[in-house]
Amino acid sequence: MEEPTLSPILEAEVVFSTPQGFRGREVLVLESIIACGAEALLIRGKFMGLPAIVKWRPQKPYRHPLFDKRLRYERTLAEAKTLHRAKKLGVLVPSVFYVDPDSSIIIMEYIDGKIFKEYINELSIDDACTVSREVGKYAALLHSDGIAHGDLTTSNVVVKGEDVYLIDFGLSVTSADLEDVGIDVHIYLRSLESAHYALCKELFECFMQGYRAVAGSDYAEKVLRKVKEIRLRGRYVKERRRVVEE
Amino acid sequence: MVKVLGIESTAHTFGVGVVDIEKDNFILADARAQYSPAVGGIHPREAARFMAENAPKVLRSALEEAKLKIRELDAIAVALGPGLGPCLRVGATVARTLAAYYEKPLVPVNHAVAHVEIGIKLTGAKDPVVVYLSGGNTLVAAFVEGRYRVFGETLDIALGNLLDVFAREVGLGPPYVVKGVHVVDACAEKGEEVLDLPYVVRGQDVAFSGLLTAALRLFKKGKKLEDICLTLREMAYNAVVEVAARCLVHTGKREVMLVGGVTASPYLREKFEKMCKLYDAELRVVPPRYAVDNGVMIAWTGALAYSKGIVVPVEDAVIRQRWRIDEVDIPWRNQLYRRFLRQK
Repeated sequence: MEEPTLSPILEAEVVFSTPQGFRGREVLVLESIIACGAEALLIRGKFMGLPAIVKWRPQKPYRHPLFDKRLRYERTLAEAKTLHRAKKLGVLVPSVFYVDPDSSIIIMEYIDGKIFKEYINELSIDDACTVSREVGKYAALLHSDGIAHGDLTTSNVVVKGEDVYLIDFGLSVTSADLEDVGIDVHIYLRSLESAHYALCKELFECFMQGYRAVAGSDYAEKVLRKVKEIRLRGRYVKERRRVVEE
Repeated sequence: MVKVLGIESTAHTFGVGVVDIEKDNFILADARAQYSPAVGGIHPREAARFMAENAPKVLRSALEEAKLKIRELDAIAVALGPGLGPCLRVGATVARTLAAYYEKPLVPVNHAVAHVEIGIKLTGAKDPVVVYLSGGNTLVAAFVEGRYRVFGETLDIALGNLLDVFAREVGLGPPYVVKGVHVVDACAEKGEEVLDLPYVVRGQDVAFSGLLTAALRLFKKGKKLEDICLTLREMAYNAVVEVAARCLVHTGKREVMLVGGVTASPYLREKFEKMCKLYDAELRVVPPRYAVDNGVMIAWTGALAYSKGIVVPVEDAVIRQRWRIDEVDIPWRNQLYRRFLRQK
């Protein structure tokens, strides 16, 4: 892979002083690239002395330049906004420190925890259930405010001690309708099915317990019906025929 | 010597192929007849009628090309799904008749698996992320634990369907493909501006029906058609490329293989080439003749399955219109895959 060219803001000497007394280069110290995802590069570092993650969306050569710029700007801004809104709702998410949509950069708090997906097999079923229930509560909180996470998988849940964090709001929607809400739940269920098949039924039930506790049974049922509909919509799904015949 | 005859009839093509699994030039025969409606899309009943009328001719021409008698074959393979019911029934009926009358083993083949297997055979791919784009399918899959697992797919209509319906509604087609280029692709070349149309990637899935509706709305509003084509193509192709990129990163695989009719688009390939370069992966594109529906891929996959003893009694060989690729065990690849991992 080609060496990524960092945005000027990260390379430039940042010269301003802060009440904490940080100056110049000390404002942002980059340490190491911790992940290179399909969409963004995650760089660990320190922002004014705090452990931070720099999320940078590089240009994608396969996209039309005009569309590429627009998409990266929109996604960066949307992600930062949603993180902030989620935090206000009481969902544990990384705090946003700095946003620059023009260079498609977000600097946010580093959560020093374990990724649920990688850690799930080390947990007892009860502990895994507790985490899943918490995710369900978070999902319901977000949905109640019209936010859909957009990529609600076990890879995007971080467990730090007793706390459960949701990360990566890069594909979130802030004007979510029932369809987006249903897709969120569908994606979570599928992530359980694909990576944790043996536990998927129990863990999804735990998720729904948390969901019901926040959103109420009626709404939860509505969402589950939507999820069923979404699953039947996939092309060549066998169950679809059965439903038509019933 | 394993010689297998394969029958394909899932959508618009009635194809009969004959392969010899042990020969370098493994394709002994490749005969096909394609139903192409003068107006509109595929009418399943009309397509099935066309197939029933052409089946004997195509079968005879395949056998003549292979210089074989049916008695000399080792097995009959047939695509039992996924696809259009009336069309599938024609192929299934022919295959069951041959198998019963000549007392040959009957091998059930999944159409999507066949696309992947012939692609791997012809491109020399080892363990690719598969991107299958056609008029009826849009999916990104990869071989994990004995099956081709679907990583992402369309939540509503297929990519080819999106392009064809749009072309039809705005009067660009049919025909949808002129000189190997889709009419929407050709129209987009003259576009200058990227308009505001929805870009939908949900997790690992894509959705195109909202894009289609919004694009048609812009057309009715009188926006420049070329700009709409450009935007539509950007949104649709990028969504698929993005999902494939996610799959590459997620699975850690090093190859991307394009199969299906839509992958003939030069512009789509260019996007995939750029993406693969970025992620240090190799791009493999199935030759157009075998990227579209054909009988050879059914025969080849049937031969692989038959070598693992997969057969179906004639009375149980029923069609499965919604047979998903991830429902099919791939025992022949387990071994290949293990060998590949050892080499790695």
